[in-house]
Amino acid sequence: MNFETTIGLEVHVELKTNSKIFSPSPVEFGDDPNANTNVIDWGYPGVLPTTNKGVVADGIIAALALHADVEQHTHFDRKNYFYPDNPKAYQITQADKPIAHDGWVEITVDGVKKKIGIEEMHIEEDAGKNTHERNYSYVDLNRQGTPLIEIVSKPDIASPAEAYAYLEALRQRIQFTGISDVKMEEGSMRVDVNISVRPVGQEKFGTKTELKNLNSFTYVKRGLEYEEKRQQQVLMSGGSVRQETRRFDEKTGETILMRVKEGSDDYRYFPEPDLPALNISDDWIKDLQAAMPEMPGKRRERYVNDLGLTDYDAMVITQTKEMSDFFDAMIALKADPKMAANYLQGDVNAYLNDNQVDLSATKLTPANLAGMINLISDGTISTKMAKKVFKAVTKGEEPKAYVEAHGLVQLSDPAKLQPIIDDVLDQNPQSIEDFNNGKDRAVGYLVGQIMKQTHGQANPQVVNKLLMAALKH
Amino acid sequence: MDYLKQDLASLHADLVAKKYSAKELTQQTFANIKATDPQVDAFLHLNEDEALAQADQIDAAGISEDQPLAGIPMALKDNLVTKNVTTTAGSKILGNFKPVYDATVVQKLANAQMISVGKTNLDEFAMGSSTENSAFKTTKNAWDHTKVPGGSSGGSAAAVAAGMVPATLGSDTGGSIRQPASFNGVVGMKPTYGRVSRWGLIAFGSSLDAIGPMTRTVKDNALMLSAIAGHDQHDLTSSDKAVPNYAADLTAATSVKGLRIGLPKEFLGDGIADDVKQAILAAADTYRKLGATVDEVSLPHNKYGVAAYYIIASSEASSNLQRFDGIRYGYRAQDVKNLEDVYVKSRSEGFGEEVKRRIMLGTFSLSAGFYDAYFLKAARVRTVILNDFKAILKDHDFIMGPVTPTTAFGIGEEITDPMTMYMNDILTIPVNLAGLPGLSLPAGFSKGLPIGMQLIGRPFDESTLYQAGYAFEQNTEFHTKVPTLGGHN
Repeated sequence: MNFETTIGLEVHVELKTNSKIFSPSPVEFGDDPNANTNVIDWGYPGVLPTTNKGVVADGIIAALALHADVEQHTHFDRKNYFYPDNPKAYQITQADKPIAHDGWVEITVDGVKKKIGIEEMHIEEDAGKNTHERNYSYVDLNRQGTPLIEIVSKPDIASPAEAYAYLEALRQRIQFTGISDVKMEEGSMRVDVNISVRPVGQEKFGTKTELKNLNSFTYVKRGLEYEEKRQQQVLMSGGSVRQETRRFDEKTGETILMRVKEGSDDYRYFPEPDLPALNISDDWIKDLQAAMPEMPGKRRERYVNDLGLTDYDAMVITQTKEMSDFFDAMIALKADPKMAANYLQGDVNAYLNDNQVDLSATKLTPANLAGMINLISDGTISTKMAKKVFKAVTKGEEPKAYVEAHGLVQLSDPAKLQPIIDDVLDQNPQSIEDFNNGKDRAVGYLVGQIMKQTHGQANPQVVNKLLMAALKH
Repeated sequence: MDYLKQDLASLHADLVAKKYSAKELTQQTFANIKATDPQVDAFLHLNEDEALAQADQIDAAGISEDQPLAGIPMALKDNLVTKNVTTTAGSKILGNFKPVYDATVVQKLANAQMISVGKTNLDEFAMGSSTENSAFKTTKNAWDHTKVPGGSSGGSAAAVAAGMVPATLGSDTGGSIRQPASFNGVVGMKPTYGRVSRWGLIAFGSSLDAIGPMTRTVKDNALMLSAIAGHDQHDLTSSDKAVPNYAADLTAATSVKGLRIGLPKEFLGDGIADDVKQAILAAADTYRKLGATVDEVSLPHNKYGVAAYYIIASSEASSNLQRFDGIRYGYRAQDVKNLEDVYVKSRSEGFGEEVKRRIMLGTFSLSAGFYDAYFLKAARVRTVILNDFKAILKDHDFIMGPVTPTTAFGIGEEITDPMTMYMNDILTIPVNLAGLPGLSLPAGFSKGLPIGMQLIGRPFDESTLYQAGYAFEQNTEFHTKVPTLGGHN
C-alpha cells in the first residue's frame, strides 16, 4: 500500500517588543519571578487591557513577509480556560478574524521548488509559567502577556523534509523582518505539529496525531519521520490511528503516547469587549511595506547575479539578516565580494561557533573586516598575516592601524628585497649548487631564509620571482 | 449641616466660609452614619481614620472657591477598587481583598479632594435588583425598612436617601444605578457607555457596565459626573470627547421650551403599575406646561431586551468572573487535593446562588453549538434595539418614561423568583444595550414610596438630560421630600 502524508504546523513566534501586548510591563527574560508584571498581568479585579500598537504593526509586517492578506477590520477574542499560568482564565487572541490569511512561503526540497500555503496568522498573548518544587507549585507571570504571532499552515506539507524546509523558510523570512529572534532554543519560536497519513487516492484525510516536545527543527523532522512510519505500520497491520497527543523522545527518536483526545475542547470564544475593534488603514500597511527590509530570496538573487557569488555562498550568507546586512555593508566599503563571503563563512562563522555568540554581540564591524580584506587585495598584507589581523579585528581593532603598529606591512619592493636575497645566496653556496643539480627542495630552504631575514614580511610572490631570476642567472 | 437639606453647592459654600471644617463635616458624617446605618445597612466598610486624616490635610491646605467638591464626604459602591481598603464586590470570594490600586473614578474624586468615608453594599458582583444577593447584608429602603432599596447599587442609593452622605458612586449594567435611585427617591445617572472610565470597576458585563453618580439633586449629580468623566488611557473603551461642565448649564434660565420628548408606549404598557403610569403621565404634562412637546413613540423591540441582556451580560460575566479562581487573591477553599479542587471548591463556596446562576447561563450561551442561537442572536437583538432608539432620537431630544414597573417591593418578596426579579429591569436594560445615557430622578410618590422617572438621551448628551431633569426639579417638589424613618433627623 502506498501512503501520502499530510502535515500541519502551528508556529508561535514571540515578538521582540519593549512592552507586553496588553500591558505596559516590560518584555524581559531571566529576571526574578514576577518582576516584570503589574496588575494587568495578574488578572487583578477591575483591570483592563490596552493594545500595544507595535504588536499590530508586527502582525502586519509578518503578514507582508509571508505574502498574506491583511484583514483590515479585525478584533480580539477571548479564549476561555482555567489554568494557574493563565491569570484571567482567558487568553486574549484572535479567533474570528485573524489579522492575516492566505499567505505562502516557497521551499526547495531535493532541488524541487514548492509553495506551502499559510491558512491564517493571528496575534495573541502568551501565558505565564508554572513550576513545581518540593510539594509546592509556583506561578511566574513574567511571560504572561508577551506578544505572539501564531502562523497556521495549510495542509500542503507532504513530508518531514518539507516540514523542515517550511520551518527554515518561515524562520528566515521572519528573522529578516526583525520582529522576532525566532530561536527555538530560546523559546522565541515554538512549533506544534500534527501529522496524518492516508492511502494514496483516499479523499478524506487520515486521523491526525499531535506531537509535543519538539525543540529543534531536526527534532521536528525526526519526530515526523518516526510518526509517519508508525502510522503507516498501524494502517498496514489493519489497525486505525487514534486521535492522540504524543511526545517525542530525543534519546530514542520515538514518539510516546501522552493522551488520547476525545472530542475537542470548548474554549467558548467570544469578542473581547474590553478592546475596541482594530481598523488597519491602507496607509499604515503602505508605510510598513515601504520600510520592509529586503527579503532573503531577493538578496540571494542579487548576490548571485550582481556579485558573482555561488548559490551556496549566497545561501549561507543569507541565513540571518545580521550576516547578510554585514556582508552588504562590507560590499559598500568595496571589499571583494568573494573574499568577503569566504571570510564570513569561514573565519567569522568559526569565531561565532567557538564563542557561541551572535554576530551582533561581537566587536566585529563591517568596516574593520572590509578594511582587512582591502589590505589583502592591495597586497599590503598576506593572507597568512591576515590571520593575525583577523584576531585583532575580532577584538575591535582597526586593521590598518594594527598592521602599522605591529610592522606587519608586507615587503614587496624589489629594490629592498634584492639585497636581502643576494645576501642569503652569498651565505648559502651549497643550496645554489643543489638547485643547479636539480634539487628543487633548495628553493624552499632559501625562501625560508629570506622570510627569516625579513621577519616574515616579504611578499612571497615577489620573493619567488626575484629568487628564481637570481638562481637562473 | 444636614445632607437632607443641603446640596453640594451649599456645603461647599459653608466650607469656604469656614462655617465648619472638612474635619468637622467628616466627623459629623461618621456620627450620622453610626446613628442611621444600623437600621439601613447601606455600608459594608467605613474608613474613618483615613477619611479624618484626609480631612485634616484638606483643612490645612484650605478650600478655595474653585474646588467645588473639596472636603465633602462621599461613599463608593464596593465594586470600585480602592487601594488598601477592603473591596468585596459583595462577595465572599473577595471577603478579605485589599486592592493595590485605585479605580480611575476613585483617583479622580481624590484629586477633587472629596473624602471617601466608606464602601456601600451591593448585590454580589452587581448581579441583582435588591441587594439581597449581597454575601454580607441586605440594605433597607430609606423610606420603608421593610422594602428593598433596589439594586445592585442599593447601598449607594440608600446612603444618599437616608442623608448619610451627599453623594455616592454606583455602577449600572442593566439598571443598577437608576432602579435603586428610583426606589429611594434620589437622582442617579447612568452615563453613556465610555463616558466614565471603567478602570478599577470589578467587571460584570464589560460591554454594558457604566459608573455614575447618585445624589439628592440633579445639579449635584451633574457636578459629580464632571468630576469623574473623561478619557482614560487605561480604558480603551473610554471616549476622548471633551467633558462639559454639566452643572454650569443648570441655572434659572434652564428650560425645556421647544424640546421634543418621546414617550414610548411600551413604557406604559402591560406590567407597569398604575401608580407609576400616572406619575409619568403627570410628568409629561409638567413638561408640556414648560413648553416641550411630548409625543407617543414606539420601541417595538423593547420586549426582547431582557432576554438579550441576560445572555450578553451573563456571557461576559461568566468569562470576567473566571479570574476568581482561588490562586492569586481572594477566597481559597481548604482541604483541597488537587488543582481542580482548588477551582471547584473555592468557586462553589465563594460565589452565591445568583452569581452561579448567571455564570451557568453565560457559560451555556457561549458553548459550542449554542453560541449562534444565543450569544450571536442576542448581539443582533442588541443592534435592533439600538436602531429603535436611534430612530426616535433622530427627531426627539430625549425619551422619557418610568424607571421601574413598580415602586420598591418587600424584602424577601421576589428573591426566590428570578424571572420576576429580572423583569424589574425591563425599562432600564435596553438603555445599557444601546449604550445611551439614562437619568433617574424623583417624579412622584405612592403609598409613601418614591416613584422615579427615567430620561434617556443621545450618546454623550448627558447635558440635555441634566437640563431637562433640572427644569423638572425646579417646577416640582418631589426632590425636597425626605424619608422620616430611621434617619438622623
